[in-house]
Amino acid sequence: MPKEFLADPAPQGPAPEAVAYVNARLLDPASGRDETGALLTEGRKIVDLGPALFADGVPEGIEVVDCAGHCLAPGLVDMHVHLREPGHEHKETLASGGLAAAAGGVTTMACMPNTDPVIDDIALVQFIERRARETSLVRIHPIAAITKGLGGEQLTEMGMLAEAGAVAFSDDGRPVFNSLVMRRAMSYSTAFNALVIQHAEDPNLSACGCMNEGETATRLGLPGIPNASEAVIVERDIRLAEITGGRYHVAHISTLEAIDAVRRAKARGLTVTAEAAPHHFALNETAIGDYRTFAKMAPPLRDEDSRRAVVEGLRDGTIDAIATDHAPHDQDSKRLPLAHAANGVVGLETLLTLSLELYHNGHIPLLALLGAMTIRPAELLGLDVGRLSVGAPADLLLFDLDCPWQIEVDAFHSKSKNSPFDGRPVQGRALHTVVGGRTVYRAG
Amino acid sequence: MSAEPSASDFPHRHLLGIEGLSPGDISLLLDLADGYVAQNRRADKKTDRLRGRTQINLFFESSTRTRTSFELAGKRLGADVINMSVATSAIKKGETLIDTAMTLNAMHPDVLVVRHPDSGAVKLLSEKVNCAVINAGDGSHEHPTQALLDALTIRRRKAELSGLTVAICGDILHSRVARSNIHLFNIMGARVRLVAPPTLLPYAAERLGVEVFTDMREGLKGCDIVMMLRLQTERMQGSFVPSVREYFRFYGLDYEKLAMAKDDALIMHPGPMNRGVEIDSELADDITRNAILDQVEMGVAVRQACLEVMGRDLPQPDHNS
Repeated sequence: MPKEFLADPAPQGPAPEAVAYVNARLLDPASGRDETGALLTEGRKIVDLGPALFADGVPEGIEVVDCAGHCLAPGLVDMHVHLREPGHEHKETLASGGLAAAAGGVTTMACMPNTDPVIDDIALVQFIERRARETSLVRIHPIAAITKGLGGEQLTEMGMLAEAGAVAFSDDGRPVFNSLVMRRAMSYSTAFNALVIQHAEDPNLSACGCMNEGETATRLGLPGIPNASEAVIVERDIRLAEITGGRYHVAHISTLEAIDAVRRAKARGLTVTAEAAPHHFALNETAIGDYRTFAKMAPPLRDEDSRRAVVEGLRDGTIDAIATDHAPHDQDSKRLPLAHAANGVVGLETLLTLSLELYHNGHIPLLALLGAMTIRPAELLGLDVGRLSVGAPADLLLFDLDCPWQIEVDAFHSKSKNSPFDGRPVQGRALHTVVGGRTVYRAG
Repeated sequence: MSAEPSASDFPHRHLLGIEGLSPGDISLLLDLADGYVAQNRRADKKTDRLRGRTQINLFFESSTRTRTSFELAGKRLGADVINMSVATSAIKKGETLIDTAMTLNAMHPDVLVVRHPDSGAVKLLSEKVNCAVINAGDGSHEHPTQALLDALTIRRRKAELSGLTVAICGDILHSRVARSNIHLFNIMGARVRLVAPPTLLPYAAERLGVEVFTDMREGLKGCDIVMMLRLQTERMQGSFVPSVREYFRFYGLDYEKLAMAKDDALIMHPGPMNRGVEIDSELADDITRNAILDQVEMGVAVRQACLEVMGRDLPQPDHNS
């Protein structure tokens, strides 16, 4: 068996040669394509694809990748990750996050600004872009803060930050709680057509809660976070979206009530979108079990009704995107009493396989599922990736749809291993990841 | 209209705002003011049209240029001019405003020129006095003499207001100058555009009969007049706009953005200017492009016209405002 391959993270070499991916199941959610065929990349772009391509064989001089009938899709786009650089490089870096992404089939990610220092200044946006170019195997785009220092008061220079390359704005980790500040942020963002991403949580309602409010919390003697904590902010923000016309996006939506609010807002034609994290459809609050801090995150794992609502929201399109909320933490941050443990789970290397559960269980058709991890988040961020079409960037994911395996956190490429999914039997995984025509990962 | 403009043709008891004036009212004031412009350039600037009249400038908000302009205008017309500045912090609003009005009214002034930080306060005061009241700026509501002086400046440069495209740029939300100008240019048949960051636009601004732009380059395309507004310092620190540098980058007038307007577009600013915030410093000094000092000159003439009209003999009291 060949050894696992990870490219050298120095991606700005000469443009790659032409590569033919043959014998592939081409899956392109943007166009609805699902057919057997081939795809040709030249340099950093896709130059041809289809069932007839290379029907008579591949000409001399073109490198051939035999896909052996596996699925060839656009590389995944994860619009919500925490890469901890700058400031907490012992948990993750743009480089280590890039390795994890490549191994998970993610070719583009947008990183949240709650680093140290906070990404609230042009120089920091440029820093992320430069470091990403120099050290990451995959594309990384910074999300800039909505308010300076995530302080919730003063707006950041959204116009200049967007010009510098910020693809969206968020104070993620904290909500923009002051309604007037949120109104002004959403209003101001319209001048630049910027996406405002809210961490929807009422800090007063969440109080010192450390898991979902419910029977489990009561039995464990832990303070709970009610669904209303998320729902009241989402409901409020929808009103603000209505009066400002701003593009509003709910990060890691987790409750029945908030999903319902987004569904109603969409029905009224408002520019409201949402994403959900795999742990919110793959687990419910019972995963906390016997005070398992790896299952602690914000928002918390919810009850079964809300878990089902997330699945239904993804199925009917209320929830636009699946995003990991990849939140690396070292052991020390997690080996604590539950109330004191850090929030968050790593997700880049389990995104694909956990999401495929929704397909294997018959909840969501494959193309729609992939759409929520490719073209939809790419559109929300205004990026030209996430599709298999002529002229598009050659960002590709070849994956085995069915192969059974068991998640092993020790095999993760991320610096942090805080995942509640260790040992979970799953189906389907990334075989080969291509960014800009260049192979960055090949499974062993 | 008769060849000779006459103050007695003005059908309003007070001048509280531009809204509600007719094109004829505005033309009358501008015609009268035109005459004063010429007179003010002579050595002997004084007339006795308001001789024996008492004008009180009652300022509840600090002002240098507007108060000076009104004072000079009154004195050139021969009126007795008194300045009263009332520190607003010492006032309990409402009742005390009316008390002040009644007290002054008992002294039989002929014209009260009033500035107040609250929208509507000047109108309230006008209902309690027997004399004519000129609004010298009330809150974010109206500043009619500013709009008239802007109109006079433009009319003298561009012959007529009708058909022009005027872009009013900057802090529309808090600006009484913007509101008075929107009304005036709409009444006179000009096309008005508002250009501002969304946070400095009032709700439903487009219902004022204007086109709204948040992209300044788009908003300036083909404009005849570029009217810049002052951005107050306290609004630059992150609550309305993130920073001075971002504001200047996207909403400050510089040569590059100005190039979108017509070649002969005229730049105006009610003053005082924040150089490097809403206007490029070089452009602020470019007398070939801007009319900023003209505006100050026209201000005195326009206020003379308004005072003359307000100070004329009227049957007491009971004339509709």
